[in-house]
Amino acid sequence: MEFSQIAAIASKEFWDRIRNRWVLAVALVFTAFALSIAYFGAAQQGTVGFRSIEVTIASLVSLVIYLIPLIALMLGFDAIVGEREHGSLDLLLSMPITRGELLLGKYLGLAGALAFSTVAGFGLVGLVLSAQLDLNALFHYFGFMLSSVLLGCAFLSLAVMLSVFASDRTRASGLAIAMWFFFVLIFDLLLLAVLVVTAGQWGGEALPYLLLLNPADVFRILNIFSLEDVRTLYGLSTVFPPALAKPWLLGLVMLGWIIAPLAIAGWRFRLSASRA
Amino acid sequence: MIVARGVHKHYGSIHAVDGVDLDVQEGELFGLIGHNGAGKSTMFKMMLGLIPVTAGDIHIDGAPVGSAGGDFRAVRRKIGYLPESVVLYDNLTGLETLHFFSKLKGVSPKDNATLLERVGLAHAAKRRVREYSKGMRQRLGFAQALLGTPRILFLDEPTSGLDPEAIRGFYAILRQLKSEGVTMIITSHILAEIQERVDRLTIMAAGKVQATGTVQGLREQMDLPLWFSVRVAAEDFEAVRAALGHLPVAAIEARDDHVAVQCKRDTKMAVIAALATLGDKVRDLNVREPSLEDVFFGFSD
Repeated sequence: MEFSQIAAIASKEFWDRIRNRWVLAVALVFTAFALSIAYFGAAQQGTVGFRSIEVTIASLVSLVIYLIPLIALMLGFDAIVGEREHGSLDLLLSMPITRGELLLGKYLGLAGALAFSTVAGFGLVGLVLSAQLDLNALFHYFGFMLSSVLLGCAFLSLAVMLSVFASDRTRASGLAIAMWFFFVLIFDLLLLAVLVVTAGQWGGEALPYLLLLNPADVFRILNIFSLEDVRTLYGLSTVFPPALAKPWLLGLVMLGWIIAPLAIAGWRFRLSASRA
Repeated sequence: MIVARGVHKHYGSIHAVDGVDLDVQEGELFGLIGHNGAGKSTMFKMMLGLIPVTAGDIHIDGAPVGSAGGDFRAVRRKIGYLPESVVLYDNLTGLETLHFFSKLKGVSPKDNATLLERVGLAHAAKRRVREYSKGMRQRLGFAQALLGTPRILFLDEPTSGLDPEAIRGFYAILRQLKSEGVTMIITSHILAEIQERVDRLTIMAAGKVQATGTVQGLREQMDLPLWFSVRVAAEDFEAVRAALGHLPVAAIEARDDHVAVQCKRDTKMAVIAALATLGDKVRDLNVREPSLEDVFFGFSD
């Protein structure tokens, strides 16, 4: 691994996203959503204005769980296949750079852009709210931002994996959408269906562990479990084994979701060099 | 400098490259010509290590291609590559493009402006590639290939999209590089363009090497006939015919204002001697050697 090569690719990817205002647009979307949720989230109950960090984070989590995977998948699905279809991959690969370095550079640059816009967007809101937050609340909000970045990185990793496997850009975009539907909408329904169909006979015990197979669920658990109010609100403490309800453990699972798809992508990308 | 031995590339039942041997000497300007689908670009990609060989091996400057060992980067740094119809990044300026690739090559960007000047793009250094014409992109691609003063240049259809003046400028740079000892391998469809310029060439067809040598050597090897065009007055047509009558010429045809004579190479000097006996009757004389195109079709058909 040569760091300068990785950095060259990563910085191009990052600055491309800054220059075409992708980072700005995503940060603004996050700011706008977070602000409206913080101030108008309770409008249905007839009140406006900031209520509590717990409720705000819980609402933000349900938003982010849809939004970030989508944004990350759209950001990364053509990382490699786009370069191939564009016709610039051969030239890149003729440079003194390995396929692993190229892939990692692409990932790091895109992850940097995504992380930057997430932190900027939600950070701005955190700053606006900071007067009303105590240290503990700030800590929770920070945890929310960090886990959002991790969620984005996990789905970006999945997207980059798609971009290596897909034979063309169109197929990659289709796969990305399918992946979003699966993890964000279908996965939980499937688990639920298994529970209902087997009348809770099968899968009940394993359910919390099965949730770890979905980075979006890991993100949800990570945030909701750090908040006492919400935990009782959701009644989740009754189903979730305390052995799993540790932020560091869930954080590690999230890291696994970042590393594993990237490793598979790297393996496949290198394989295509020896077997194309 | 570049040695390929028994190189095969099979895609299922399709043999894109079928047992190719190549030897490109150091400092040589070497041409690789063939129809579309003859296997030139596949051969290029294998020599660059972009796709693996099905069988055979390729060495560049003594190092095997495709190994990810310690030599890999050192060999790559010696290589410049201009892909066929090069695709660069529209959102970067010319200078930024070179900066990006110089970082990847691990060379200092300080000479990049000079390099742009060398390919005639100094005026467009700060313009985005989006605004470049096809010829300008090709020149920027060429500048990219020259980053880090490579010892070996792979140029795939390098002059496509260039106007005649730019083509001339391009070959002037190649001559200069040649004088610096750079090894170059070049493909082109425009045979007339490369026949005067390459040291040696290989003709490929259907994935195989049909012939390798100098243009002159291949002409001789093919033993293609050459044409004389002898300009004489109409009443002297018969005199020409009589003067050449005893020679093994393939054809003597009377045309509008000249006699066209076709003969083998080994009869060439005898024909000239015989025509000399006609003295003032011959007003002008042209010899048309078989072109690379004739040679090419001779070998590839």
